[in-house]
Amino acid sequence: MDSIVFIQEHLLPALLEGTSVTIKLILLSVPFGLLTGIIIAVGRVYGNKPISIICRLYVLFFKGCPLLLLLFMIYFGLPSLGISFSPMTASVLGFVLCNGAYSSEYIRGAIQSVKIGQITAAEALGMTRLQGVMYIILPQAFRRALPGVGNEIIYLIKYSSLAYMITCIELTGAGKIVAARFFRFTETFIVIGIIYLLLVTITTKLLSYAERKLYYPGMGPASFEG
Amino acid sequence: MIDSKYVLVVEDIHKSFGETEVLRGVSFQVARGETLVFIGPSGTGKSTLLRCVNQLTVPDRGKVWLNGEEVVHSHGKINLYRQKMGMVFQNFYLFDHLTALGNVEISLIKVKKMNKKEAKEKAMHELERVGMLQKANLYPAELSGGQAQRVSIARALAMDPEVMLFDEPTSALDPELTGEVLDVMKNLARAGMTMLVVTHEMGFASSVANQILFMEDGVILERGTPEKIFYRPEFERTQKFLSKMNELYGDLGQKNG
Repeated sequence: MDSIVFIQEHLLPALLEGTSVTIKLILLSVPFGLLTGIIIAVGRVYGNKPISIICRLYVLFFKGCPLLLLLFMIYFGLPSLGISFSPMTASVLGFVLCNGAYSSEYIRGAIQSVKIGQITAAEALGMTRLQGVMYIILPQAFRRALPGVGNEIIYLIKYSSLAYMITCIELTGAGKIVAARFFRFTETFIVIGIIYLLLVTITTKLLSYAERKLYYPGMGPASFEG
Repeated sequence: MIDSKYVLVVEDIHKSFGETEVLRGVSFQVARGETLVFIGPSGTGKSTLLRCVNQLTVPDRGKVWLNGEEVVHSHGKINLYRQKMGMVFQNFYLFDHLTALGNVEISLIKVKKMNKKEAKEKAMHELERVGMLQKANLYPAELSGGQAQRVSIARALAMDPEVMLFDEPTSALDPELTGEVLDVMKNLARAGMTMLVVTHEMGFASSVANQILFMEDGVILERGTPEKIFYRPEFERTQKFLSKMNELYGDLGQKNG
């Protein structure tokens, strides 16, 4: 059996299935990860003391915990407490917790870089603090955080392969099974690499499109004091 | 208890930042349609006083009444009062991510809960009032300082405030742009808007103010009509300040010649 036949007949069908699992993992993790990041960042900057401390501990814990260990704890550890998840759910949960912790740091930095006058003006118009944050601060902060948050999304695509370790058969896992069965490691891992490259390239394009779409004049650091 | 002919009554405001006592008991009243101008050296608490009126800065002591109702912080009520007190800042503080139109619309939509169409109509009307209709779709960074300040005035006016608070509205502008902002403010005053203005523009003060309040060291040292303050000030300190301003800008002499 030559390489072309192997790739066409055995590898690609398996990888296609694996890729769809990977994409599902990403599409589920990104929005919830972002939401978590936003909530944690807002909690740290605007929350009262207890909330701010809880948010800081959250970031400390999930930034400090290796992702693989986190996945093991969720998938293998929590059932002993009577909480069990499917491999897919456990993976998404781990990714969201981890991605949320990292994204929150970018968003927090961006929130703190928004000029104080923005919230002052919002409050002077009769907005509550929450309204000011939602409608004035976050739209500006999110745009500034996007390059960093986008990086986290790219990381997520790649570390999604860890889901395989808790039996969620995504792209890498599906490839490894086929490769082991046919002893075809080189071709398999090259093709897998190409697929990741493709996923990352598409995501990068989408992110830079979003950045362009969300740009407003004066967003750069050179904007005048206003 | 509180005389109803006054839109705004401010009583015995005190405010300290750390060791520094910025306001040391300031009281005044404003009748409907009046313009009060606060003048005085920098760092005497004029801006802090304005911010105490709408409680962006919470005073340590003292009270503010709007239409006979005490302005209080409890239960988010402060947001209702702030809607009735439009504020214009030295550095405009336009929302950077929104167009001129968006800046005026947003509080109508989010705070007054108007629908989009109503809000847009109202916002366009306010932009027209300050001569900014043509620039409705530009972002703050694309506007000159004078234009940005006019948009910020429109943004405050859109909430239909009872009182407008101007905190050095022209201090960040060059003389040419200052004129266009002052014109808008003069028109507002003539149209019967009640205004509190902190400014160094003595020409504006003398031609528009019903009362001028000279502040120093956290108190109102002297108050009265422009004629009194400019030509018959009681205190030597007031006189000195005014002749200094006159020397610097020559504004007063020019306008009242």
